Amino acid sequence: MSQSDLHCRATRFCDPSQDSIRPQVMLPVMDQTRIFMMRMLATLLLALGLAFPGMAQQPLQITITDGVIEPLPIAVPVFQAETAGAEQMAAQITRVVVDDLVNSGLFREVPQSAFISQVTSFAQPVAYADWRAINVQGLVTGAVAMSGDQLVVKFRLYDVFSGAELGEGLQFAGTVAGWRRMGHKVADAVYSRITGEGGYFDSRVVFVSESGSKGSRLQRLAIMDYDGQNIQFLTESGAIVLAPRFSPTGDRVLYTSYESGFPAINLLDVSTVGRRQIATAPGEMAFSPRFSKDGTRVIYSLSTGGNTDLYITDLNTGQHMRLTEAPSIETSPSFSPDGTQIVFESDRSGTQQLYLMSANGGEPQRISFGEGRYGSPVWSPRGDLVAFTKQNAGRFHIGVMRTDGSEERLLTSSFLDESPTWAPNGRVIMFTRETQGTDGAPSIYSVDISGRVLQQVPTGGMSSDPSWGPLQP
Amino acid sequence: MNRLLIAAILISGLSLSACTRPDRFGADGTDGTNGLPGTGVVDPNAIGSASDPASPLYFSQTIGDRVLFVVDQSTLTPQAMATLDGQAQWLLTNSSYLAVIEGHADEQGTREYNVALGARRANAVREYLISKGVPASRLRTISYGKERPISLCSDESCYSQNRRAVTVISVGSIS
Repeated sequence: MSQSDLHCRATRFCDPSQDSIRPQVMLPVMDQTRIFMMRMLATLLLALGLAFPGMAQQPLQITITDGVIEPLPIAVPVFQAETAGAEQMAAQITRVVVDDLVNSGLFREVPQSAFISQVTSFAQPVAYADWRAINVQGLVTGAVAMSGDQLVVKFRLYDVFSGAELGEGLQFAGTVAGWRRMGHKVADAVYSRITGEGGYFDSRVVFVSESGSKGSRLQRLAIMDYDGQNIQFLTESGAIVLAPRFSPTGDRVLYTSYESGFPAINLLDVSTVGRRQIATAPGEMAFSPRFSKDGTRVIYSLSTGGNTDLYITDLNTGQHMRLTEAPSIETSPSFSPDGTQIVFESDRSGTQQLYLMSANGGEPQRISFGEGRYGSPVWSPRGDLVAFTKQNAGRFHIGVMRTDGSEERLLTSSFLDESPTWAPNGRVIMFTRETQGTDGAPSIYSVDISGRVLQQVPTGGMSSDPSWGPLQP
Repeated sequence: MNRLLIAAILISGLSLSACTRPDRFGADGTDGTNGLPGTGVVDPNAIGSASDPASPLYFSQTIGDRVLFVVDQSTLTPQAMATLDGQAQWLLTNSSYLAVIEGHADEQGTREYNVALGARRANAVREYLISKGVPASRLRTISYGKERPISLCSDESCYSQNRRAVTVISVGSIS
């Protein structure tokens, strides 16, 4: 066996298998009705302008659209090790939970050193007064048990001000190898209970990993956890690959590849990393593919005689349908969550602008009217917003607007920001930021829809074109 | 001992580059002939001498293998047309060669739009060469968007060089 065989196998086809994590509800220890009434009362008082005197008396509730200025203080004592030798695992999982919550920008960690009361058992009653005294509003307790390669993680969330548990205790069972996912599951549940929205931590992102100099980049598809952990490569370096997109269930990836020598659409199975080229409608170059909402059709751009239009190909029947017929460039399509409409970019007006159209074609309606150029629109999974790249006055921005084009807000600004993708809950966006100059390099960033929480996603190297997958089962 | 070690390193290096080279680009992403990203269809030993008017090297160096474009435009400038007149003449004289026309864009644009823009530029060149009598069957286009800049700085001096269409001479059939 040659060195190259070993090399290829070691770096290329790591098994990105997904362990399923089974959630189980534990014994309820709270009175749902009482908590509900208290939260309703609090909301009502706020609505009437009767502000509470002091932060510690606000309900354990965050409304994300308000643009949270002051993160909510939470305490997450290190999870209890319920089996011998699980101490380190318990500490690691606790750290994942805290990092997820704090990095969302909605929470602030009250450090262990400030704790008055120490948690020594998962079952012990909560000393609410001790947590109130240090201004903790949300308390998360948890426990970890290991048996062979099996791992069980359980947690409870307490509303310190109300002096009661918020929601029921939950436990997750899975494999030790999937320990980070257990932490993400706990963080998603906490996030979801406090915000009333779906979580996004237990999700993965497919992206383009890049190496080499700016003039001759080597590109390969890669997949990672949403926080940059567990990076695995899906293709070898070599041919140019662009703009991967997850299928709605996250099991397949569509992307543009130059592997055949010319741009073509490839479909990759995430678990086997098997890939094949999709037969598109006849044309010279096919690129910019995205899945339909049911995952059975592909919408893409096809370039013929220098002109680029939108087409749809049915993956099962192989039938093609032409959606646009204009001498302008039509590209970067994105389906609405209900699958009935498409947002895309076109330069039919002279510059790149955003347009809405029926998923069956028809007359497009322009929705972007601000200064500058608009491209790479992506419809939010919630249906309410379209994220886009805006280029104006020598700067690039990631922004959002309502689907009728109103209420445009720019979230970022830099030399080159592009290619937004939505978190599964529609509250966070990842995108590519490229630095300037001969040594310019791309990285992946995330920003929340208030534009306040901007972070680089640690991918350990040059990376671009993220596509954020669904919450994992 | 040392020789064996060196030989082992060389062999592993060769194997590695073979492993990471699933397409026609060299390991550094170029075709290894002129440092330009190309299709690599031409055997470097077959491009001949720059002093031989029938050689692809003469085509690229003396006639000029590329034309430049204004921001966002695919319209040919008078200077570009003059270059393309020379290209058409050469292709008509050397009728055994085929050509792949590569369209490129500068980095001031989104990735997918730039692929489409590069396709427009490559096609503008193709149409012009056809209008001068070059058979369409000998010309194929490809767009690299902004993925293969030739000048790497982030100002107009480089952008103007990157907004280009390059005619790459090849032999054999166009797939």
